[in-house]
Amino acid sequence: MTTEVVAGARAVVDQGRVRAWLPRYGVYAAILVLVAYNLLFTPNFLTLSNLRIQLVQVAPVVIVALGMALVIGTEGIDLSVGSVMALAAALIPLYLGYGVIAAILVSVLAGAAVGLVNGILVARVGLQPIVATLAMFVGGRGLALVISDGQLKDVRNESLLLLGSGDFLGIPLLVWIAALLVAVVAFVVRRTVLGRRLLAIGGNRAATELAGVPVTRVLLTVYIVCAVLAALAGLLAVARIQSSDASSVGMLIELSAITAVVVGGTPLTGGTIRVVGTVAGALLMQLVVATMIRHNLQPSTAEMVQAVIILVAVFAARERKTR
Amino acid sequence: MNPHINPQPQPETRRDDSPATTATAPSTTNTDATHTAPATARAVATAAAADPGATADLRRTQRTDRLVELVQRQGALAVLITVVVIASVAFPHFRSYDNAGTILIAAAPPALLALGMTFVIITGGIDLSVGSLYVLGGVTSAYSSQWGLIPAFFLPLVVCGLFGLINGLLIAHTQMAPFIVTLAALLGARGLMRALSDEGSTTYLVSDDAFRGFGTGAFLGIGYPVWLVAAVFALGMVLLSRTRFGHAVYAVGGSEDAARLMGVAVRRTKVWVYVLSGLLAGLAGAINAAKLGSGVTVLGVGMELDAIAAVVIGGTLLTGGAGTIAGTIAGVLLLGVIQNMINQVGSVPGSFQQVISGAFLAAVVVAQTYLVRLRRVT
Repeated sequence: MTTEVVAGARAVVDQGRVRAWLPRYGVYAAILVLVAYNLLFTPNFLTLSNLRIQLVQVAPVVIVALGMALVIGTEGIDLSVGSVMALAAALIPLYLGYGVIAAILVSVLAGAAVGLVNGILVARVGLQPIVATLAMFVGGRGLALVISDGQLKDVRNESLLLLGSGDFLGIPLLVWIAALLVAVVAFVVRRTVLGRRLLAIGGNRAATELAGVPVTRVLLTVYIVCAVLAALAGLLAVARIQSSDASSVGMLIELSAITAVVVGGTPLTGGTIRVVGTVAGALLMQLVVATMIRHNLQPSTAEMVQAVIILVAVFAARERKTR
Repeated sequence: MNPHINPQPQPETRRDDSPATTATAPSTTNTDATHTAPATARAVATAAAADPGATADLRRTQRTDRLVELVQRQGALAVLITVVVIASVAFPHFRSYDNAGTILIAAAPPALLALGMTFVIITGGIDLSVGSLYVLGGVTSAYSSQWGLIPAFFLPLVVCGLFGLINGLLIAHTQMAPFIVTLAALLGARGLMRALSDEGSTTYLVSDDAFRGFGTGAFLGIGYPVWLVAAVFALGMVLLSRTRFGHAVYAVGGSEDAARLMGVAVRRTKVWVYVLSGLLAGLAGAINAAKLGSGVTVLGVGMELDAIAAVVIGGTLLTGGAGTIAGTIAGVLLLGVIQNMINQVGSVPGSFQQVISGAFLAAVVVAQTYLVRLRRVT
């Protein structure tokens, strides 16, 4: 950019720059505004216990949204994540008898299996991602309910519960796990061949195929990773609520995850992933709800505000694309 | 049975007078898979006339084409008939007149959602908000039934139609993805519904006797709601296959650019399909409120996906441009019959229905994909 342009931009508020800035950093700005508002007007906002509650609540959404961001980066979508969470949650109490490790392994493997099926349907059969994962959305929760007999089961295994309620250096383990996963996914997207390949697929699948990239394998990996992350979120949810209920775990989380990804500035058209933005998107939505509840507004109002935020975020992203 | 799949008579009639349409017409017909087959077959036929050796080959190709087309169009119907026959043999109670009425009345509200969804999906869009609008419609209907029968139908139509209008305007005029716009509407409508019902704690009871009578009464042993839904479906069929609007819906889904060049009002068509979808969701909510005698706030979660599943099972392509309402009826009834069968076998948990529906959906879409590909190759 030449100096004159920069000067011009400073003189007259350059619309183009605002438009380019908004989808990328708008979510951070919104968070800052909300935090500032809360610091000024909300009593007991800046207490350790409140921050803990907020972070623990948002952690599963962040974990699921990370996988969703990867899938959306390939121009796909995964509606089955909520069902995978329920499936993982239903399997945990069944296999706890064989030890925590076995139970965790089984539920993660079940997640991987679902991801594999999704991936095969999308990459090999050539279904649209929304249809492929819709089948698993419908069938997966049913399977979870069949496995668990539709019963809510208490989980009393000490070491598993520790995952949900334990602390390390004063920060909940859940938050550590989520942060670690964010770092790993950010690294994969930015620094690895896999990351480059999945972004290339999202940018232009046909060209990527012609360039010799093993598209099928990359897509399989992405859908498996997404489902495994969802399974992890499911078992962490069980550890946190200390019970397993296949009919409620992960309900509508696919929508929260897609919202977090989109509000964070990742376009649904693929080719770009904003990992940190996704985390910020999840935090923003959580903050909105928390703020409203603190000020005695109903959750219903929070839902309507969320709807507006989603529309504004996508509208801003659209401006950038058409420019 | 359904010759209405052919999306645009306009290109045929206009091909002669406008060079622009001549250029774009092939691309529209290409995207409409069901329409491609006869065209290619005809092309091959003229080529084969000169070469008698190829005629046998050609006949085989045509036969495959016809078979594939038949399976794709009437596949859901064939499976439905098979399932009904099996169920009638296996469960004595299944074949009773009462049970048929039960299946139909249970299928009535989801059928309305699927009807609207068929229009939306044929334009290449998707409407995730219908589940929420269905619940919102039920609550507003039960609430307004205190003023009588007419408001009980009128208010949900206005509220849900408005949501549809907003969806449609945003999608048509801002190029935002239908998925996201209607996702926001899903949240917004649910929020409004909860605000109206004091966070779900208040359940409005239907106080109007006429309205409740409509929901529970029957004519010839079949509930009034079923008759109403059947009438709405008949209107929908006429609208989709016999009107300019219907042709525009197919044209927009086939190829938006080509439709625009042909002079189809693309934006207006898009707005109207979402309005229609919203209105039908509101009507479905009203019917449900009349049936249950109250505006239940907890139903409807995930119903948009059931509707999409029924439409897809009915042979409508999610890529847009092709599909029939008859197929959607078959899809809705199939899901209803499966559920009813599971209820008959008392020992099987109801959650099996979801497993079966999911497996079914996967099987159908995989089969569809292969069928479309098979025809492209031939």
